[in-house]
Amino acid sequence: MSISAPVTGTPADTEAAPDAVISLRGLSVDFPVGGLFSRTVVRALRSVDLDLERGEILALVGESGSGKSTIARCIARLERPTAGQIVVDGVDVLRSEPRRASREFRSKVQMIFQDPFGSLNPAHRVGQFLERAAKLHGRATDPGQLRELVENLMATVDLPVDMLDSRAFELSGGQRQRVSIARALAMDPEVILADEPTSMLDVSVRIGVLNLMRRLRDERGISMLFITHDLASARYVADRTTVMFAGELVESGVSTALMARPAHPYTQLLLSAVPDPLRAGSYDPVERARLRAAVLDSPTCPYDGDPDQVCSRTEPVRHDVGPAADRHWVRCHLYRPAADVASRALAVDTVDG
Amino acid sequence: MSTLPTSPDDAPVLEVTDLSVEYHGEYRTVRAVDRVSFQIGRGEIFGLAGESGCGKSTAANAIMRLLRPPAVITGGSIRFRGRDILTLDAEELRALRWREVAMVFQSAMNSLNPVMTVGDQIVDIFTTHERLPKSKARARAAELLELVRIDPARLRSYPHQLSGGMRQRVVIAMAVALRPHLLIMDEPTTALDVVVQQEIMAQIAELQRELGFSVLFITHDMSLMIELSHRMAVMYAGRFVETADASTMFADPLHPYTRALINAFPPLSGPVTPLVGLGEGVRFTDIPDLREERPGHWVAPVPVGTVIDGGRP
Repeated sequence: MSISAPVTGTPADTEAAPDAVISLRGLSVDFPVGGLFSRTVVRALRSVDLDLERGEILALVGESGSGKSTIARCIARLERPTAGQIVVDGVDVLRSEPRRASREFRSKVQMIFQDPFGSLNPAHRVGQFLERAAKLHGRATDPGQLRELVENLMATVDLPVDMLDSRAFELSGGQRQRVSIARALAMDPEVILADEPTSMLDVSVRIGVLNLMRRLRDERGISMLFITHDLASARYVADRTTVMFAGELVESGVSTALMARPAHPYTQLLLSAVPDPLRAGSYDPVERARLRAAVLDSPTCPYDGDPDQVCSRTEPVRHDVGPAADRHWVRCHLYRPAADVASRALAVDTVDG
Repeated sequence: MSTLPTSPDDAPVLEVTDLSVEYHGEYRTVRAVDRVSFQIGRGEIFGLAGESGCGKSTAANAIMRLLRPPAVITGGSIRFRGRDILTLDAEELRALRWREVAMVFQSAMNSLNPVMTVGDQIVDIFTTHERLPKSKARARAAELLELVRIDPARLRSYPHQLSGGMRQRVVIAMAVALRPHLLIMDEPTTALDVVVQQEIMAQIAELQRELGFSVLFITHDMSLMIELSHRMAVMYAGRFVETADASTMFADPLHPYTRALINAFPPLSGPVTPLVGLGEGVRFTDIPDLREERPGHWVAPVPVGTVIDGGRP
């Protein structure tokens, strides 16, 4: 697993990374707001370059509204990007399948949603979800084969086979989410996009679902984009973590390295806010105000003056940081996000900062 | 954080003994709170952790006497500063609520009246409960906003003009407006992003130090609770399974359910080690009474051979 850092000191390369299963290049999404004749748009994503490598779990973290779900929805072709490329297995799918995704694409890329209560019809049997998916995508032809496939899926997600006859409403949240994962696996996908898969589950079963994701990566080599607002679970399950803020990527690297040495003020802000009994009472309003100001308009960049790493106020330049073995990239501190989007996302709401 | 020193003559603010609450349905009765006992000392922050449906909100509502049929308090006693809350009549309850025991509900920021300014809503508290004249009430309202670090100019704002975090601050300020002895908070920051959540929690801790009230803090987020609380209890299916100092609970959880809850919040430093949660379908039944394993650390004994982990790490 390597860090897909683009050429130092320049905007991200426009070529897709060779070992990536999914590469996003310049992905932008505008949502129209206001009335029918309004031309106002909200820029949900701004020129996102992201690579999901084969067999890795990549976490996308950020606060609500930062655009992380929009990325997943674009890849799943549920949202139409305003600009940019989505390259899957070397093919720009927005060009090869411009209107809607093919069935082949859908079996390659599967999505798991946050709410397992909304994503499974409560009146259907667990078996039906899995059988339908397997049949639609031609994974099984005769009933015996189908039965075997479905039973294997249940074993993979640690659910008892006799639960195939249960109806969705009889299951707990954790069991439902496991059924959603089994349904996604029925297509034998290369990529799973998991949008906050544990945030609606009971706390005590969350770690079990994260463990399952890790096992699917290890045993089946499935690549995963894990979208979460929880840095602790990102660190626990994901090989790499990418931090999003106001529709843009600000920092990315190996999860443990990134969280040990966060370089961008926004990453530092997020990390300092995670409740952690080991550093209880460490909240520092002065430091918080400084970080907030730095996110919105940093007066300096630690890489300014380095001849190998050019800084820019206008281009989202990526700098390489950290020791040689643990390189990760961070967006130039001097680059200013669009002011309106950024201040909304930061929710600056106290008098003294 | 360590436990506040409570001298023997310092009577607890809240004393709940063997509290049971049942929901009487048409076909069956569910015991949502089952023989639960705890005390909260003066100035103490007591955390009550548990998952949805474990009965923690029902317990809080019982203390406020907010339960309505089909929920019925079927046993036990609740004493607040020596008075038996379960025997109070409607008039006495009205005097007790807000003035002596205040509550911040889950998603309380949506409980503000959308068509009244924040100022008018706060002024209402003082004119109704303290019979202050309007001008004095306005001054008190401004002080109150300053207490939670909001510009008093915001008194003229409507709730929709404030951010979620700000609205939550306003609600917390309103809850402590009449200087209650006990503040009950039911998941006060669940709907907020972490950055805002931490600021609100810091605010609550600061208010608590300044005003000295006791807190019953309810959440499913163990790391948040351990950070804020002095002492805490873990609730499962209506029963307490463990109570201890928050720091002890974090360092040395004894009940497997407590461990599963703590594991749901992996550490942010150190090596990444496999953690286990509760396996799907694992249930604890007939939870026995708590036993004092170590001084101040009570835990419900777990039958030998109980398997908690259905999921492989």
